[in-house]
Amino acid sequence: MKYDSIIIGGGISGLVCGISLLKAGQKVAIVSSGQSALHFNSGAFELFGRKDGKDISNPLEEVARVPEGHPYAKLGIDIIKKLLPQVKPLFAEAGITLVGSDTENHYRFTPIGMFKPAWLSMLDYATASSPDNLPWGKVAVVNITGFLDFYPDFIARGLNLAGLECETRDFTIPELDTLRKSSTEMRATNIARFITGEAIRHFAEEVNRIITETNADTVLMPAVVGLFDEEPVRLLREQVTRPLYYVSTMPMSLCGMRAQMRLRNHFQHLGGSYLIGDTVYSGDLDAGRLSSIHTVNLGDMALEADRFVLATGSFFSHGLEATPNKVFEPVFNLDVNVEGPRSGWCDMDLYNRQRYMGFGVITDDSFHVYKNGRRVDNMQAIGAVAGGHDAIKEESGGGVAILTAMKVASDIVNGLK
Amino acid sequence: MEYQENTISKNNFEECIKCTICTVYCPVTVVNPDYPGPKQGGPDGERYRLKKPFFYDEALKYCLNCKRCEVACPSNVKIGDIIQLARIKYSKHPPTLRDRMLAETDVMGTLATPFAPIVNGMLRMKPVKKIMDSVLKIDDGRTFPTYASQKFSSWYKKHAGSSQGAYPRQVVYFHGCYVQYNFPQLGKDLVTLMNAVGYGVQLLEKEKCCGVAKIANKLINDAMRDARINLKSIRKAVIDDNMQVIATSSTCTFTMRDEYLHILGLDNLDVRDDIMLATRFLYNLIDEGKVKLVFKDGYQKRVAYHTPCHMEKLGWSIYSTSLLKMIPGLDFIQLDSNCCGIAGTYGFKKENYEYSQGIGRPLFDQILESKVDVVATDCETCKWQIEMSTGMPVANPVSILAEAIDVEKTKMANGIDV
Repeated sequence: MKYDSIIIGGGISGLVCGISLLKAGQKVAIVSSGQSALHFNSGAFELFGRKDGKDISNPLEEVARVPEGHPYAKLGIDIIKKLLPQVKPLFAEAGITLVGSDTENHYRFTPIGMFKPAWLSMLDYATASSPDNLPWGKVAVVNITGFLDFYPDFIARGLNLAGLECETRDFTIPELDTLRKSSTEMRATNIARFITGEAIRHFAEEVNRIITETNADTVLMPAVVGLFDEEPVRLLREQVTRPLYYVSTMPMSLCGMRAQMRLRNHFQHLGGSYLIGDTVYSGDLDAGRLSSIHTVNLGDMALEADRFVLATGSFFSHGLEATPNKVFEPVFNLDVNVEGPRSGWCDMDLYNRQRYMGFGVITDDSFHVYKNGRRVDNMQAIGAVAGGHDAIKEESGGGVAILTAMKVASDIVNGLK
Repeated sequence: MEYQENTISKNNFEECIKCTICTVYCPVTVVNPDYPGPKQGGPDGERYRLKKPFFYDEALKYCLNCKRCEVACPSNVKIGDIIQLARIKYSKHPPTLRDRMLAETDVMGTLATPFAPIVNGMLRMKPVKKIMDSVLKIDDGRTFPTYASQKFSSWYKKHAGSSQGAYPRQVVYFHGCYVQYNFPQLGKDLVTLMNAVGYGVQLLEKEKCCGVAKIANKLINDAMRDARINLKSIRKAVIDDNMQVIATSSTCTFTMRDEYLHILGLDNLDVRDDIMLATRFLYNLIDEGKVKLVFKDGYQKRVAYHTPCHMEKLGWSIYSTSLLKMIPGLDFIQLDSNCCGIAGTYGFKKENYEYSQGIGRPLFDQILESKVDVVATDCETCKWQIEMSTGMPVANPVSILAEAIDVEKTKMANGIDV
């Protein structure tokens, strides 16, 4: 089976790359072993959020200053500036509304009540230009009775520390009674399936009652509406009498799952083949060129392509595997940037910078991968597996995933011309 | 220091990192709060059950065995298998008469086909349905698939068997119970299609139900017996006669390839790669340039493809959809990944009927909105469910292909003059 391009990995980076290639008229397949880490997304993407423990206000300035070897350095600031305006439209086409600026970070409100810098946030999530000057007045933090993955006390503490007055309340609606029978499954994605149609009106009535009782100016609630699209998100806000914003819950996060499903459906509607639950186990690599790959499900039938993209993520997604004394890339055993003695790979203080966070496959400046020291001319790595950045300490994972995906897609398209 | 390099556990359950992605994609959790969900019922519960069988939760009977949890799992845990094996090992509820009747497809089919018009008429009568509902607990909302008056194998013997040897290459067809007792036309379509590309179609020396319904209803000894008979015939075809075995049902294929090995513990590895869907077999031949299909002029149809759960697990919908997309004049729509809710015998049971229809709702809505002429799918029970719940006609991709090709021109293009 022959494609123009095959992407290994079906998370955010793989999907953004795949969608860009399809729009340029390519025949594309994505092979994804299981669902992606995007399901754990907290409603925002970061371009560059923190440096040396301090919040960054203009992410582009920092992006221009990253050290050699960082994916942003390989992209180059000029290319990044060219790609950035294309990000919001690409997500909008898939049905995901992103809000934010490339030159000024805003703050998102985390599920445990912290303010963290963010680049693009999903529609109607609680954001602020600065945590020192929150525009919300008195806040009612509302939760659904019995919901497991949202902690109003943490949220209230965060708001109090920021100098805001708030009250926490919980409520329920009859539509959720069935769900409550199973105490372990009161989760965001399950609740969201029930808050549609008439239930949205009942939900809004309860929220409005709490607004009256607490005399709140603003309502914050867990993101438990709009599993498949943004429509219920808008509908609920329309029916509530005060401004209402969503706060991401603990995983599974609804916004992440919605983003994953919207991007995947968009990819498929554009004609892409999405092979889910299948694992690539080997490739036919000869003279620096990968001609085809083999998967568990397709067996003896190889998938052939002119170009391959590795978007397999980091440790969580098995783009990298670790044994006690070894870190390796499990699909092709590509060269990895794991250096230095084992003792230096991690710091015993969990909160310090961890070197293993920067591990990934070795790539050249155009993200081509290497095997046994030899460049693979038709295979590039994007997103977390490309390494060279610390997604947690820098808060740069989203930007790296999206921008490397767009750049490699444009390289592939231009290379074909 | 010596470390253990990898976790070692049956069905990989130690690899579970409790991320709950499986629960998000479980079709049952959405509609039935009594079901503990794949994470809790699977790897979490297994930990307890290994301590003490007492912890087995009978609510695991609500599992559809759709394997969507396994497809979704980023850590390669065999969640569905863990649950099925737990049901077999720990459940204290023996199968009921109703369960046996639903699972004994060969017995029921053999009894029904000689009297097909009478049986079909009776199964549509309200009082009969009421009695089945109250006595047997087979839901009266369910429309029964009709029985054919002639078994596929009888038709084959009479009309097709003798001419098959004349084709230059041969393949063996596992027709399954549905083609045999309910819808022989699909088998006839398969013969038309394969003959057109130069393949004679043989039947297995002895074919039994693949066993999926018996496994689902915990009739494990009966499933084992049938599976052994099938494997013996398959081995004869594959090893002695050097032919591959093709099927038109994604569930039969999945069961013989994976459930025999994982659930029944029967080693099928010597023949597993030679058991496949007809669409995979045909696609590979076309892909390798060995055969060609020539389509009729002016064929026009808008077709929506539904990926059955076991097809998603096999990862093979790409073959069926790629073949359909080859048909000029076929306007192709890929339906979103959703379970139809029937899961074989599951949706026939009174206690499951409401959940079954609830699970399928998003799929039915999308089909009704898509304004297509026909829905294509590789699973017979998905077909019953979609036809009953949407009123739309449903066809196997093999039937659509058989209808769309110009048989004479295809034979000519492949140099066949039989």
